[in-house]
Amino acid sequence: MLRKRQRYLILFSLPALAFFIIFAVFPLMGTIYISFFKDSVFVGLANFKFLFTNEYSSTRLLGAFLHNCEFFAIAASVQIPLALFMAALLTSGRVQRLTGFYRTVLFVPSTLSVVIVGFIWRLIISPLWGIIQYPLLGEKATALPTITLMSVWQYLGIPLVFLYSALLSIPSNIIEAARVDGASDMRIFFGIKLPLIAPQIGIITVLTFIWTFNGFDIIYALNGGQPGPDFSTDVLGTLFYRTFFGWDSDQGNQNLGAATATIIFFIILLGTAAYFAIVQRRLKVSQL
Amino acid sequence: MIQKEGKFQSHSKNFLVHFWMLFFALLAIGPIIVIIINSFKTTDGIFSGPLKLPDAKTFSLDGYKRAIQNGNFIRNYFNSTAITLGATLITVLCSCLAAYGITEYATKLAKMIAGFFTIGIMLPVTLGTVIILKMMVSFHLLNTHIALILVYVGISVPLGVILMVTNFRTISNDLKEAARIDGANEFKTFLIVVPLVKPGIAAVAAITMLPIWNDLWFPLILTTGPKTQTLTLGIQQFVGVHTNDWQALIASLVLGAIPLILLFTLFSKQFIKGLSDGYGK
Repeated sequence: MLRKRQRYLILFSLPALAFFIIFAVFPLMGTIYISFFKDSVFVGLANFKFLFTNEYSSTRLLGAFLHNCEFFAIAASVQIPLALFMAALLTSGRVQRLTGFYRTVLFVPSTLSVVIVGFIWRLIISPLWGIIQYPLLGEKATALPTITLMSVWQYLGIPLVFLYSALLSIPSNIIEAARVDGASDMRIFFGIKLPLIAPQIGIITVLTFIWTFNGFDIIYALNGGQPGPDFSTDVLGTLFYRTFFGWDSDQGNQNLGAATATIIFFIILLGTAAYFAIVQRRLKVSQL
Repeated sequence: MIQKEGKFQSHSKNFLVHFWMLFFALLAIGPIIVIIINSFKTTDGIFSGPLKLPDAKTFSLDGYKRAIQNGNFIRNYFNSTAITLGATLITVLCSCLAAYGITEYATKLAKMIAGFFTIGIMLPVTLGTVIILKMMVSFHLLNTHIALILVYVGISVPLGVILMVTNFRTISNDLKEAARIDGANEFKTFLIVVPLVKPGIAAVAAITMLPIWNDLWFPLILTTGPKTQTLTLGIQQFVGVHTNDWQALIASLVLGAIPLILLFTLFSKQFIKGLSDGYGK
């Protein structure tokens, strides 16, 4: 009987497993594998050594990593509190019939492609239109924060929807009880609701981390593969693209590209693992 | 007894909440509306008063005309539609089958498969691009719709499976048992149950379609040829050539955005359900 059930399980799961393994898992593993090769000759860690010690490529790698950190820091610190604020308003019971309308409208930017988002904002802030006179994208200091904020504008709906459903799933009798005790809206939110949805806030932070460190689209759409000014918006995603495919005079190299991808993969893996090992466990304990 | 706040206080609080929400709503769609308005204007109109509505002098549909006449536009539209629909259909099919298997034959192995897919949701598949490109070259699939469809199914299937598992869990065993007593084999039983998870299927379809339609990375690597180019890549290249034809450019952006905005507005419930169920669990 068990064997029969096992056979059906495998039969039903096979198509999904095949697609996932062949086109997602295998390429990732294969990428790590070929990062130890140079033109099909095994070279150990030589590719990594080159990326970390060659003067030009180590500067680019460190720069891209720091830009990614900045990208993530700005995105997380702006997007999550804002989304939380909106979700709190939407679930405060004061919006009523318009809840669906607001939720839909706030999500619309997330349905656009980055190409469109990038163009819309570049046009709006361009000195051509004259709404903003300062060349935000043209200055080293402001270019990356500006692009990050465009991305925040686009994807705000995702943490919003996420935190909104987390807040909705809080049992209403807890809230009622607090209200009977005379707790204010503010107190209920910070004293009861916020601690209860802390794990979801954690998850969305991790997802933001994964998405920003894996990010490429918005930067490429605005600034191409060698994002200026003077690499000030270069992130790991664009660095990977350039190392693999080449850009302008830079020759592409697939082994170095694979090594770059492997480095990014381990950064994401380490960050995510650290989060689950340290933070998420504690959150669940404090909930009990 | 629940303490009721005064009527005035309650009204002013409601007003404040609506004020904030309206402000955010405007921030979200204001820029989109500005672009849509400007797509109906002449080039002069676009630059003399970007925030003004078109009037008799500045109204023009030339942008749309030229956008559509642009050699590749219709073809790109068709490519994007075929790739998105193809990948979504296969994803839904595979996800339903696997999720049914996982919930129906709940063995230890089923738990492992489910765990495997859960990790898969977070996997940054784009980092495997070097190998994906190599694979497609050796399969002779470069510059074909199939290449993109295969990759997108591989990326989308984990979330689809996990979402469908939560849906299949809600179905009682009675129906399945009844079908089996009537002599239906396992696959037939599956077909009898599937209509019951239609809302889940809609959620999976909605959440699969969006990132595929908007993806820039894989079209940039796998289908750069003019014949198989997607709409998103086509628009990116149009934006990139520093054209002076702002009218056609803005019109093609609007045309590129419309299908998904429409689809999302129609299916926003399913979409939001898919998003919160998929990542929340």
